[in-house]
Order: sequence, then C-alpha cells, then structure tokens
Amino acid sequence: MEEEMHTDAKIRAETGTGSSPRGPGCSLRHFACEQNLLSRPDGSASFLQGVAEKSRERLIRNTCEAVVLGTLHPRTSITVVLQVVSDAGSLLACCLNAACMALVDAGVPMRALFCGVTCALDSDGTLMLDPTSKQEKEARAVLTFALDSVERKLLMSSTKGLYSDAELQQCLAAAQAASQHVFRFYRESLQRRYSKS
Amino acid sequence: SCRTVEPLEYYRRFLKENCRPDGRELGEFRTTTVNVGSISTADGSALVKLGNTTVICGVKAEFAAPPTDAPDTGYVVPNVDLPPLCSSRFRSGPPGEEAQVASQFIADVIENSQIIQKEDLCISPGKLVWVLYCDLICLDYDGNILDACTFALLAALKNVQLPEVTINEETALAEVNLKKKSYLNVRTHPVATSFAVFDDTLLIVDPTGEEEHLATGTLTIVMDEEGKLCCLHKPGGSGLTGAKLQDCMSRAVTRHKEVKKLMDEVINSMKPK
Repeated sequence: MEEEMHTDAKIRAETGTGSSPRGPGCSLRHFACEQNLLSRPDGSASFLQGVAEKSRERLIRNTCEAVVLGTLHPRTSITVVLQVVSDAGSLLACCLNAACMALVDAGVPMRALFCGVTCALDSDGTLMLDPTSKQEKEARAVLTFALDSVERKLLMSSTKGLYSDAELQQCLAAAQAASQHVFRFYRESLQRRYSKS
Repeated sequence: SCRTVEPLEYYRRFLKENCRPDGRELGEFRTTTVNVGSISTADGSALVKLGNTTVICGVKAEFAAPPTDAPDTGYVVPNVDLPPLCSSRFRSGPPGEEAQVASQFIADVIENSQIIQKEDLCISPGKLVWVLYCDLICLDYDGNILDACTFALLAALKNVQLPEVTINEETALAEVNLKKKSYLNVRTHPVATSFAVFDDTLLIVDPTGEEEHLATGTLTIVMDEEGKLCCLHKPGGSGLTGAKLQDCMSRAVTRHKEVKKLMDEVINSMKPK
C-alpha cells in the first residue's frame, strides 16, 4: 500500500493579531474581507494567497515522496508540519532543509538526503545565493532548487521571474556547489548530536 | 502483460522500442487544435485541445479600483477549474489541490512572463482600472493540463477586445463606448512544454492521463519567444541531471515554434478580410 504524505504549512500571522496560527477557519482572511468591500479582486487575491501555500506544500511533499522509502512502511501516514518562525528570505529552501532534517531525526528511511538552495539574479545578471527578503524583492528572478545528496540531481525547482537558459545552468551549477556545504552541515550536526549520547 | 493488470510493464515494453502505446514517439506532442472567439458573451475566449485534453478559457473584463500601492495598474485574475465532468478523479465542491496548484501556476506564468503590462489596463490612475478574470475550465482531462491551460490563456488574451472608456469630467462617471473596441497588447507569448519522468531515467513529452499516473516525476518549462524562461516547474519526483534538463530545453524551443505557428494561423483567420 502506498504511503500518504500530508504537509501542513501553518504560517503565523505577521501582523501580530494573535498567537493563533492561520487554521482552516482562516482568521486572517476573514479579517481582510471585513476591511475591504467584498469586491471580487480582494476576494480572489486572498484566495490566491491560500493557493500559494497549497502550491508550496505540494512542492515540499513531492520532494519528500521522491526520497522517502515508502514501500518499507505500508499503510502509514507521515505528516510533516512546518511552522514559520521568522522569514528573512529563501523561505522555501529553508522549509526543505527543515523537512529533511526532521525526517532524519524521525528515523524515516530515505534513499538520499535533500537540501534546498535559493539563487537570485539581479538586473545585471549577478548571481546571489541565499538572498535576503530585500534582495529577493529587488531581484529580476529568484530560483529555488532541491538537490539530492547522492548525485546532486535536481529534485524540485520553483522559479519566479524571467531568465535565460544559460543563467539557469549557471544557477544550477552554483546551487550544486552550495549544496556541498549544506550536506556537510547536516553531517556535522548529526555527528555532534550522536556523539553526546 | 495485460494493460489493466500490469500497466507499468505494458508501458515499459513500448518505451524499450522508443515509442508509446498511442503510436507517438517520446518527443512527439498530441494533435493540438485551437478555436478562438467561441464564447460570444465573454470579452475573449479560446478552446484548446491537446489530444483528448480539452480546456476552455473565457476572459471577462470588469471595472475595479486599483490597489493603493500601485494606482496605475490593473489586475489579471486567473482561475483553473477541474470539475467532475472532466474526470472521475475530481469531486464537486471547493477546488481540490490539483486545481489550486494549476491556478497558482497560471498566476505565476502571467506574473513572470509579463504577458500583459498591468499599466495597459489602467483607465484613470488611482480611480478606475480593468480587471481581467480569466476562467479556465477543463472539459476533458487526459493529462498535461498545464500546457493546455497556458495555451488557452494565451489564445484567449489575444482574442480579448476592450471597449474604449472615457471618464466624464462633470459626472466623474465612466462612459463605455462599445462601438470602439481595441485588442489587448499581448507583449510576450509564453508556451508551456511538459514532460513526465519514467523509471527515473526516461523523459517523455506531453504525457496522457495514464502516463502521468505511472510517471515518477513531472517537469514543465514555460518559455517565451526569445528563449527566456518564465517558469521551471518541477514539483519533486525523480532527480534530473543538468544534461537531461538541456534536452528538455531544446524540445521546449521547438514546441514554442509549433505553438506560435498555430497561434498566428488562428489569429490571422479571425482578422476581418
């Protein structure tokens, strides 16, 4: 039997309206509707906001499904819950790294580790790895990749903005090089953790 | 092995010979047809068929107040609907995950490709702008919904005619002149090319519903006429090397030419003689 994966990304409201995360009742969305007249653009804009989360969840879920050895655990559901504590840019990459570490911590058998890397291209074509929120906003294009640890193959990609094929190859190569550092960090932190016990 | 009992083995037998059960080669698209202007009540419409997959796009233009942070821009609001009539996998009710992901994908394509300059939708800065509601409805689901939706959206936007609007100085009301209509300025032509990954190694273009179900991963590339990429959508699945990605890019370039040719034929046939 296939395993089901649920990824819930609960994002805490940054306006500080309360400590309750945005649940299915959608407290933040309801708030927005009260402020503005119920004209369709605003309704669709907040609908699209929820849709963006669903899209991100699917990206993370499909990446996890590609590496987790589901056949070893039939009739099992693995739920990965990601709570954003602070967003200073490169959010999707951070979510992917957190998800991978959580799966390792849980002892879920995987065929490889994966990591997320974000590249930003500004108007002159300069490449920036791991951009801050400000750099992301000002960039011409922002590319997020998920790479596996065995052969640095591309597992997931999500891009924003316009860029050329050559720039894509450049970003991919830079991301593959950067992923070495991330995987080394994984290894070191796990070594540290298990050497203590 | 039987198609219903062991579908994967059945497919593998064909893939070994570098072809697919429906007779196509691995890099071949299904027959693509497009029909514009079929919905007379919409401001622009297009029907696209990719083999059996059928998507219709209707564009309605309405007035709206512009956002306060960008008072001279209009809105383009896409929505993809996958109703139960197109496939038994969908239930009626709120949009499922696939419809939401498709809606987000189309919204990203519109945003990234700058297909419409939002400033072109402005009537009176700070007061009145156009909002284009693009409703994409799947009438028959047989895989590769993203390519069909992107093409339908492009064709429908090229078909949209907006009436001239003037703001009356005295009454401050908008006056619509339905007799004077002009086409939208569609600045770029983004074309989507989707691939399915089989057994972590083989890439096939334009997957059918059955092929998507058996695939271990999918990839969608959206390219404009200058070869610029506005979207590289790979939602997880088997890994790809840089070289395989390059093969996909070249296929996307040829697909763009195919679609552009079809688009131009249709638009020229619609022009008054």
